[in-house]
Amino acid sequence: MNRLSAENVTLAYDQRVIAEQLSVEIPDHSFTVIVGPNACGKSTLLRALSRMLRPSHGRVLLDGHVIQSMPAKKVARTLGLLPQSSIAPDGITVGDLVGRGRYPHQGLLRQWSAEDERVVREAMARTGVAELAERYVDELSGGQRQRVWIAMALAQQTPLLLLDEPTTYLDIQHQIDVLDLCAELHEEQGRTLVAVLHDLNHAARYATHLIALKSGRVVAEGAPNDIVTAELVEEVFGLRCQVIDDPETGTPLVVPAARKARAAVATEAS
Amino acid sequence: MLRAPGGLSLRLDVRAVTVVVLLLLAALAASVVLIGTGDFPIPAGDVVRTLLGDGNAGQEFIVNELRLPRVLVGLLVGASLGLGGALFQAVTRNPLGSPDVLGLGQGATAGALVMIVLFSGSAAQVTVGALVGGLATGLAIYLLAWKRGVHGYRLVLVGIGVSAIVTAVNGYLLTVSDIVDAARALVWMTGSLNGRDWEQVWPLLGVCAVLVPLVLAGGRGLRMMEMGDDVANALGVRVERVRALLMVAAVLLVATATAAAGPVGFVSLTAPQLARRLTRSPGPNLLPSLCMGAALLVTADWASQRAFGADQLPVGVVTGVLGGVYLLWLLVAERRAGRI
Ligand SMILES: Nc1ncnc2c1ncn2[C@@H]1O[C@H](COP(=O)(O)OP(=O)(O)OP(=O)(O)O)[C@@H](O)[C@H]1O
Ligand SMILES: [Mg+2]
Repeated sequence: MNRLSAENVTLAYDQRVIAEQLSVEIPDHSFTVIVGPNACGKSTLLRALSRMLRPSHGRVLLDGHVIQSMPAKKVARTLGLLPQSSIAPDGITVGDLVGRGRYPHQGLLRQWSAEDERVVREAMARTGVAELAERYVDELSGGQRQRVWIAMALAQQTPLLLLDEPTTYLDIQHQIDVLDLCAELHEEQGRTLVAVLHDLNHAARYATHLIALKSGRVVAEGAPNDIVTAELVEEVFGLRCQVIDDPETGTPLVVPAARKARAAVATEAS
Repeated sequence: MLRAPGGLSLRLDVRAVTVVVLLLLAALAASVVLIGTGDFPIPAGDVVRTLLGDGNAGQEFIVNELRLPRVLVGLLVGASLGLGGALFQAVTRNPLGSPDVLGLGQGATAGALVMIVLFSGSAAQVTVGALVGGLATGLAIYLLAWKRGVHGYRLVLVGIGVSAIVTAVNGYLLTVSDIVDAARALVWMTGSLNGRDWEQVWPLLGVCAVLVPLVLAGGRGLRMMEMGDDVANALGVRVERVRALLMVAAVLLVATATAAAGPVGFVSLTAPQLARRLTRSPGPNLLPSLCMGAALLVTADWASQRAFGADQLPVGVVTGVLGGVYLLWLLVAERRAGRI
């Protein structure tokens, strides 16, 4: 049995139901990527998996326990989340913010330790923000800020890590850096990663397990090589495209059809 | 928060500790001077000697029976308001989310006015009325703002609405009161430390003794909540529980303080802001705000006695002016320096 799963969950904000009877398994030690159009419920699913949102039906299991019934700090030592957007407190420095990721490992009696120090420094080094340590977070660029938040999630040192669009705001090189970092965490340390990504080519290249969501339903899941096809992309995103082999990695590469070709199909259809 | 040598934020923490120590010293110094001030001035040295237990009989009476309780009430009220304000501002993530703005002061005033105007109640009854009024207002705001958890802005807006209604009720109560009650009510409404004695000290001390340690322990979670509920949740903070607990504590602190000294204006809004500017550290700055509130209130009381003679000007007028001017000056200075 996998460590993290959702069983037949119904996810809703007040009356608005986002997903019904949704079941998702996160394979252990995988790098799972969730893709899907805007507003299909990706963030909502991550929120449910990380107990931010209580399912109105069904349950989310972590290590065999219903996640809501577990002690909050214990969950926080097992499962980390990088939300899609976060608020940096006024006047906080990068080092301080990353250091807050150590909260679940601390208590009233066990405060800041040398171990915390080491972990925080390592997290900052791995995300390339070490030289920003003394800077104020509100003075950083969007991409720098995003990497600081990732560093904070890393400092939490959880075996499972959920990342909601970790590559937003990043330039192409930093996107690849972050994805490489995720791949390393997963390959070298055996951590389980779950990320929401919008770039299908990144998803296909890095994911070991891909979940395609549409309107709160899982349309397809599996290894990218097995499931990414032109039909799937059209079904999920409504976009005509070709899927070819990525010349670098052999993974599927999605090439959207040219505007004229798509327009021609649209006229034909009407 | 103590961090290992070479820690990433050692600089900030040393600063915060220094600020706390300096503010405490300032509050104590102001207290000693304040005790020495009045119709029978007593030199600071004699005040300290008397407090330590070997003054002469006359001074002992003046210091321990007449002036010490008033100063203690000032310190405790200031501390409660500073801490309560810091809690509110942190939970609402908004400096406008202070008890002053949310209408807790007005609510307590309404309770007190009901006692003064409708029942011509005794001082003790007025205190109880104020306490009940403050707690009821806090509860009303909390219930009205509750929707899948209390969100900052909603709380502020609901608070402003409640505050407007209660202010109108207070105005009505004043218009129907006779002239003697109205005068008494007006003094109460400005916030004053005149004639406070040991009777007011004990309940305040009790509330502070229980709540301050509790709140400071919960403050670690509050610090995480600055980053948004999701991040705090992800870090293992039971956001709703911590928030509810701290709000209850904050309402109790502010209501008790208001019941003891009237709605002393502006301390709960200003003290946390001033403290934060001094420590220059993020976080709710609970302890610095507490010390700042105490120092601010006692200093303001001293200033009002010094400038206008004993018992002339209610301390609330001075806190409003002092705190307001200082805050404006800071904001202007910061704007010039390019921050904020
Ligand atoms: N706090 C909320 N209250 C009410 N409805 C919400 C809330 N958050 C999201 N929704 C709704 O839930 C649906 C799914 O939102 P969600 O954030 O999960 O989408 P998403 O797949 O992450 O989209 P995106 O790619 O734009 O991030 C949307 O229709 C959205 O309007
Ligand atoms: Mg999203």
